Amino acid sequence: MNKPTLTVSSSPHLHAKTDTASIMWIVSLALAPATLWGVYVFGLRSALVLAVAIASSLLCEFLLGKVSKESTLWDGSAFLTGLLVGLNMSPSVPLFIPFLASAFAIFVAKWVFGGLGANWANPALAGRVFVFFSFTTPMSSYVTPKTLASAMPDALASATPLGFAKTAIASGTLGMDANALLEGASYPATSFAQSISSVTGFSAYSIDSFLGNVAGCIGEVSALALLIGGIFLLVSKIITWHIPVTYLLSVGVFSWIFGGIPSANGAFSGSFFPSMFSGGLMLGALFMATDYVTSPISHKGQIVYGLGCGFFTFLFRYFGSMPEAVSVSILLMNILTPTIDRYIIPRKFGDTRELRKKQKEAKV
Amino acid sequence: MQKVPTFSKGGVHPDDKKVFSRSQSIERLPMPSELIVALSQHLGAPAKALKAKGDTVLKGEKIGESAGFISSDVHSPVNGVIKEVRRVTLANSVQCDAFVIVPDAEQPDQESVKLDWKDQSSADLLAKIKDLGIVGMGGATFPAHVKFSVPRDKKVEAFVVNGVECEPYLTADYRIMLEKGEQALEGAMICAKITGARRIIVGIEMNKPDCITHLQEIVKQKGYPIEIVGLKVKYPQGDEKQLLKATIHREIPSGKLPLDVGAVVANIGTCNAIYEAIVLGKSLYERVISVTGECIANPKNILAPVGTKVSDLLAFCGGFSSEPEKLVSGGPMMGFSFFDMETPITKGSSGLLALPPQKKVRTTPCLNCGRCVAACPIGLMPAKLYRLIDNGRYEEAMQTSLMDCKECGCCSYVCPAHLPLVHTMKTGKKLGRKKK
Repeated sequence: MNKPTLTVSSSPHLHAKTDTASIMWIVSLALAPATLWGVYVFGLRSALVLAVAIASSLLCEFLLGKVSKESTLWDGSAFLTGLLVGLNMSPSVPLFIPFLASAFAIFVAKWVFGGLGANWANPALAGRVFVFFSFTTPMSSYVTPKTLASAMPDALASATPLGFAKTAIASGTLGMDANALLEGASYPATSFAQSISSVTGFSAYSIDSFLGNVAGCIGEVSALALLIGGIFLLVSKIITWHIPVTYLLSVGVFSWIFGGIPSANGAFSGSFFPSMFSGGLMLGALFMATDYVTSPISHKGQIVYGLGCGFFTFLFRYFGSMPEAVSVSILLMNILTPTIDRYIIPRKFGDTRELRKKQKEAKV
Repeated sequence: MQKVPTFSKGGVHPDDKKVFSRSQSIERLPMPSELIVALSQHLGAPAKALKAKGDTVLKGEKIGESAGFISSDVHSPVNGVIKEVRRVTLANSVQCDAFVIVPDAEQPDQESVKLDWKDQSSADLLAKIKDLGIVGMGGATFPAHVKFSVPRDKKVEAFVVNGVECEPYLTADYRIMLEKGEQALEGAMICAKITGARRIIVGIEMNKPDCITHLQEIVKQKGYPIEIVGLKVKYPQGDEKQLLKATIHREIPSGKLPLDVGAVVANIGTCNAIYEAIVLGKSLYERVISVTGECIANPKNILAPVGTKVSDLLAFCGGFSSEPEKLVSGGPMMGFSFFDMETPITKGSSGLLALPPQKKVRTTPCLNCGRCVAACPIGLMPAKLYRLIDNGRYEEAMQTSLMDCKECGCCSYVCPAHLPLVHTMKTGKKLGRKKK
């Protein structure tokens, strides 16, 4: 018999098909609907922003790979970071900003701490927060989406609905909920949203922010497009429900209970659904908070993490003085992740409460 | 719809790949020209040699004697002459002495006298099982007489027969259930008598519906008090901890045995061996082994004498259809890969697999994705243990329940970074023990 060359290795001798690179590319693919929508409503200029962010990210990864003699360009993580940085940019930012944000994400947030798997903060978010606090004005001037501009060309619409409501409350307009405020200032809504609004009774602004007809960052405006991507990730088992569901629901519940307080409307007057669909929450909950490296490893820990993200997002949105609720809360929970992983560990098989009690007694 | 019983925590779903050999009925291997019968075919101390070079041996004769509390006797599979006593390395890297036996041209026929066991006391039956060298045939090869000795202060509620065969590829137990179901179930009745169990449960994965109906028919016909339970297809359903959780809903705590939750578990193949031992008076010197995998020309389920060389089994199956990357003894999830075609099979060899080359994937650093934590049926954190062991912190790893890891392979199977998790656990256990 012919003698084959045999490999000897430890069991198991089978492996599931997933690998790191395929996960990264699938997540990038899941961002496609939101990306396409962003480019559609904000024009080709936003595509340029995305391209700069991705190119910068890949370039940094390539250079650092040269320095450390590892080729990590094709594991897809740098592409994904670049894409997420780009999606977190306002469509009108000067192009050096996405370039810097990606460079910061890859250099400082990721490689300084040891590269893939060793970073404590989500690189894309760290990059965004870095440029946001460095260049606040260009980062917070938005563009009216194409779909809104045709409905009602108005300079107003270049403020995000969340930002607008926040400013109004801060300047002392109390006793009105967000919808009333927006309506009072004749904030525009698409005719499509208005017609749905008249049928269903939901506010036209909520419908517009669900569909993506609001000002905002390139990738965050359409909750619907993000949800499609998120559901795709859930179905393909790249992410589990634990983080996004607890995060979204906790923001919704907290906002519903306490969200009316800053505008002096009392408890239980806040909005449940609109709070989930507005701002960067959907992008954050589905694609940023679920980053493996910076979220807890066990399902129990992930639930705690999701609740924490939700609580801080609510807190910063309604009681904070700055925007950036989602990014800052996720970064905050990133910091707490090692602690969560230390104390919240899965129950070991056969470990029951009675058993632990007995062991404790035996020790005493 | 009634919920299919299973274990609740972790587990993975590898492709079962049983299609290669499942429809092949058990064939007896033509007598090989030479057998290498190892003295360490069981968990525990190797047996003490009773014969020397040049001695003649008889089929079923004891040639190695149990040498400790956890040890087992070894018997000759054939009439023949001992050519030499040689040091061999088994597929699981155990090194021990072995008899190289050249079988005679004429072999005696199988005894067909049936002995009645119902009048024998359980102590007598237990002594017989020890005498005939019965060990667990699922792969762990734990001596059966030790497992079945129930201490006075323990009561056995249930005797659970493991017909799960959750490892992909393997079909030996499947064929035993279909072809020797009556024997195996009678064997289970004998076991229940020895252990004094009140309930007898046979757990079978739902991907073997024909086994379930077949065994149910036998139970009905014979009026045995045996429950046949279909279990969800999920690896490692056939591990005794998971099996007990699925069948009697009890969890064995860390470091405890099935006896501590009032159960004894035995493989269906072991039950068959016990039937053959008690009723036919046959010692354990041959077993059914699945020779299968993508690279085997004609996959088969073979009844082969213990000590058969891998090369003889492969030749009987027509050799390789394509060049394999690995030869594996046992199942693909927990089996051992080896390279020497002269390696002999043992009492625990449930399968011989020739696996094709796999796509080479570069390992990346751990992503902390949590797949290993979700997959671990014991509730460990493999990624954390990996980090500790990788950094040489063995004692800390031991305190983080490293010893509870049973190397089932679920974590390595799902790891997208393709980290050698099980490999590291094994290394960590060895080094951790050494340090102590």
